[in-house]
Parts: sequence; structure tokens; C-alpha cells
Amino acid sequence: MSATAPAGRGPKGRLETGPTDVASAGTARALAAARMPRRWGAWYVALHRFRVMKSYTGTVVVAGIGNPLIYLYALGVGLATIVDANVGDRAVGGVSYLVFVAPALLASAAITVSSEEFTYPIMLGYKWNPTFTGMSASPLRPTQIVDGVVISVSIRMLVNLVLFFLLIVVFGAAPSPAAFLMIFAGLLGGLAFGAVLMAYTSTLEEDTGQLAMVMRFIVLPMTLFSGTFFPLSIFPVWLQWIGWISPLWHSTELARVFSYGYGEPIWLTIVHVAYLLALTVVGWVWARRIAIRRLGR
Amino acid sequence: MPAPVIVARDLVKRYGEFAAVDGISFEVAPGESFGLLGPNGAGKSTTMRMVGAVSTRTAGELSILGLDPDAFGPEIRSQLGVVPQSDNLDTELRVRENLLVYGRYFGLPAKVVAKRADELLAFAQLEEKGKAKVDALSGGMKRRLTIARALINDPSVLLLDEPTTGLDPQARHILWDRLFRLKEQGTTLLLTTHYMDEAEQLCDRLVVVDKGAIMAEGTPAELIRRYSSREVLEVRFGSDRNVGVAERLSGIGERTEVLPDRILIYSDNGEAELERITDAGLHPITSLVRRSSLEDVFLRLTGRSLIE
Repeated sequence: MSATAPAGRGPKGRLETGPTDVASAGTARALAAARMPRRWGAWYVALHRFRVMKSYTGTVVVAGIGNPLIYLYALGVGLATIVDANVGDRAVGGVSYLVFVAPALLASAAITVSSEEFTYPIMLGYKWNPTFTGMSASPLRPTQIVDGVVISVSIRMLVNLVLFFLLIVVFGAAPSPAAFLMIFAGLLGGLAFGAVLMAYTSTLEEDTGQLAMVMRFIVLPMTLFSGTFFPLSIFPVWLQWIGWISPLWHSTELARVFSYGYGEPIWLTIVHVAYLLALTVVGWVWARRIAIRRLGR
Repeated sequence: MPAPVIVARDLVKRYGEFAAVDGISFEVAPGESFGLLGPNGAGKSTTMRMVGAVSTRTAGELSILGLDPDAFGPEIRSQLGVVPQSDNLDTELRVRENLLVYGRYFGLPAKVVAKRADELLAFAQLEEKGKAKVDALSGGMKRRLTIARALINDPSVLLLDEPTTGLDPQARHILWDRLFRLKEQGTTLLLTTHYMDEAEQLCDRLVVVDKGAIMAEGTPAELIRRYSSREVLEVRFGSDRNVGVAERLSGIGERTEVLPDRILIYSDNGEAELERITDAGLHPITSLVRRSSLEDVFLRLTGRSLIE
């Protein structure tokens, strides 16, 4: 290719040792070399993240199987014995307690993954071990760094969700043929919460305990107040708003619709999807803007 | 004169009211080794980040390889190798893996990257360390790994921000040797430093930067010739006596600088000046005649020494 060749003979066979030739060869080389990164940059970041995750694959798999087992057994079998014995085995939304609680456990598992992957690794990338700064010196754009993180975490989350779903099937707690769709309900919930969390974490110049506060005062209460272990309707109306704004409630309810055809009006199902998508987009766009600002200072 | 690789004209970077870079202009020719010399906070790193197409400029013109970084960031960065002031290697990955993931950012095929990674580990004298954790490396090794990483895309321009700060003398010399080889191969180098010896070793041409502006420009030898004398005589009379003695030294040397711990006398013949001092009945505790360096240039230009 003439663009990468050193200055040599020009089109008319005239010897071109001219300066502009060297410069324009460099320019042409630059224009050609950026094509791949411009298109695939986000994927390259995801590959990097996978390599990092590889160092804790063991944890991911053990936790990915162990946690569902423990939760499904403790709540879906243990606690369910008492619940079903006292209120009847069709009393919670018309299904057994195990069937009722399983989609919620799956949805919270996604939230757990996103609250791990969209907090400390982000803080790490910007500040503690500024790999994002390193990436931004390469052809990658700041937005691609954000996208790459989202892609890699989504795939990790998907692995966890599939494992969780398979265990739910083993426990016989996924009656509907559409039950597998709860994987996507979980993914959407995890992304909605995670994208906003990532944007928030990106704004932090320093972690002086904010992330621990998020875990303690947002993630934990959200798990308890999102219709996870009992229907939201049990709360007085003035407490139910916690559920309405909680991405976990929306993804749990959505997962229930798929899992056992939980009877809710169709408009509400649409609201779940729309709300989760909106949060995902808002968080994602916000995180991208912060990345541009923060890495381009 | 070949067309420059980097052209900066009245380059400005402001953070709020504060101008970190306040109208800097320079050009770097292909294959040239160009230095920005100045104390901490002079605006060198900010300039480097703008040339690196990372930080956006507030005003002025900037072109790298004939491209405007505002529009062609990825294109420009694809041709650069960047060694930042503080290492940002991924400590969660092994040494060789750091090169592998970084090479992929340039869209290079995995096979090509793997081959280059091995070559660069050899170049950086880290063949044995490929599988080591990054944190297990010494400071000098980390620096060399960062340089290896910067070379993974076979860059035409290498940007080095304070490449040897914090390294022991031996590690610095190894690094200089590697950089010198790159220079010989025709890689354009742009480096910042606040070490005079580094600038003298590596730079064909340099600008002295202070408070975001350029104070002087030239080759190290030119600058020394223009702003200093051939030799410098350093005399110490004890920190409480230096100022008092300096008054009695008028007429000796072309110029004197009184520092807290010593007096510098600029002259083309240091020994002769020392003789004149002792003839005048003054007996310094220690004396030293040395060649003028860029440190003296900086002192002359700013009235301050470089490392404060």
C-alpha cells in the first residue's frame, strides 16, 4: 500500500523526497490504523475485562451455583414449608412460595453482580489503578471504555443468570414455558441499576465510604422492599413508592410474569420494561458523558 | 527541513481561571528528539496530554501528523506511544498480559500482538518476567514495561512524560540506553523532564518551560552558550556567610548567583576565578569547577533552580 510505504517514486516516476510526502504518509497511516479501533474498541475493552475476570472465574462459578442453591433451598424450600403450611400452597399470587420467590431471587442475583462490577472496578479504572487513563491514551474513545465495561459485565451477568435459571428448573420452580425469559428480565434489572450506579461511581473523585453506603442503604433495603420475599401490596401505600422506583421490583415482577404467568395488567408489564430500559439508557449516557469529561481533562 | 510531525501554535489550556499552558508554540520534526524542560507544575504534562490527543485544548492550533486532535483523536493516538508520568499498568493482569490487551486496543490481530509482546519483553529486558505480577516488579522494571507497552503499536512518535523520575541511577541509564536505541531507529521522541542530565543526554532540541510559557528554545549546547558561560565555579563559605562574601566578589567572573548553600560564579575559566578569590584573601570551605549545564540556563532564565 502506498500509504505505508516510505517516500519513494511518485506517480510520474519522479523521485519524491519532499517533506509533505513523509507527513502525508504518516497521516494516511493514521487514518487507516484507526478504522478497527473506531469500530471494535468497546469489544477490545470487554476482552480486557474478561481477562481480568478470568482471575476470579472460580469465584464467579462457585458463587454462581452456590448462591442460588443456598437461597432456593433456604427460602424456597425451608421458609416455604412454613409459608405454604400457614397460608396454603397457592396463597401467594396463586402459586407456591418457591415459585413466587424464585424469580425474585434470580433478579436480586443480577443486582448483586451489578453492584459488584459497576462500583469498585470503576473506581479502580479511574483512580486506584487508572487503567482507563491508560486506555484513553490508545485509539479507544472514552465512550468505548464505558461500553466495553457494560458489555463485559452483561455477559458475566448472563452467565450467572443462566446458571440460576437452570437451578430454578431443577427445583421445579419454573412452570411456564416462557420462564426462560426471566433471564432477560434479570439482565435488564441488573443493567438498569448498574448503569446508574456506574455513572454515580464515575463522578466520585475519592471513595470516602460512599460505595459502602450505597451497599448498605440502597442495595440492601432495595432487596427487602422490592416485593422480593412478599408482595409489595402488603406494605401501606406510603411505603410502596420504594418498590415503584426500585429497578429490582420492576425486574422481579417482570420475571414473575414470565415464570408463572403472574396476572398483572399488560400496561404494567410494559411499564416494567420501559422503566428499566429508561434507567439503563439514562445511566449509560450519563456514564459516557462523565467518561468524556473526566478522561479528557 | 521536513514537514513537522507536531505543530503547536499558541497552545492554551485553562482550568477555570488558571492557565496551565499559556500560549506555547513549538514544532517537532520527524525523527527528532524534542524536550520540554521545566519544574513541576510548569505545564509540561498538560502539554503532553494535549499532544497525546487526550486532553482538549482551550485555544490555539495543534496538529499531530497533520491531523487536528479534536476531530482525529483515535487516528492520532493510533500512531503514538505514550509513557505517562505515573505507571498505569493493569495490576490485576500479569506482565505479558498487559502487553497483549494493550496491543489489541490498536486493532492489531492477536497473533501479531503476541509476537511483538515477546520481542518487546526482550527489548525491555523482561523476558524472565512475562508471567510475573506487575506489583512484583521494581520501579525501573515497571517503567520499562510501560515503555514496552507504548511500543506495541510500533509508534512513529513516542511521548514520554518524566520517564525516569523516581528511578535509581542504574535503572535510569538502562532506560536512557533503550530510548537512545529508539531514537537511532528514527522514532520521534517528545519528552518532558526536570532533569538536566536527561535533557542533555536525550534531546536534540528543547524548550525551557516555566509557568505555562516557553522561556527559551534551542539545542542544549546553544542554550548553554546563550544563557551561561563555559564553566561554573561553585564555592561554599558556609550558609550564614555566603551572602556576606558574595558582596566582596564583585568583579570576579561574568556573573554570580547566590544560592542558600553556595555561590555560583560564571566564567570561561573557573580555575582562574578561584585563584582571584583566594588572592583576595577569601578561603571557601569547598570549591568546584564544572562545565555549565542546563540547570544554569534555567537558573538564569527564571531566577529559580529546577528542583525545589
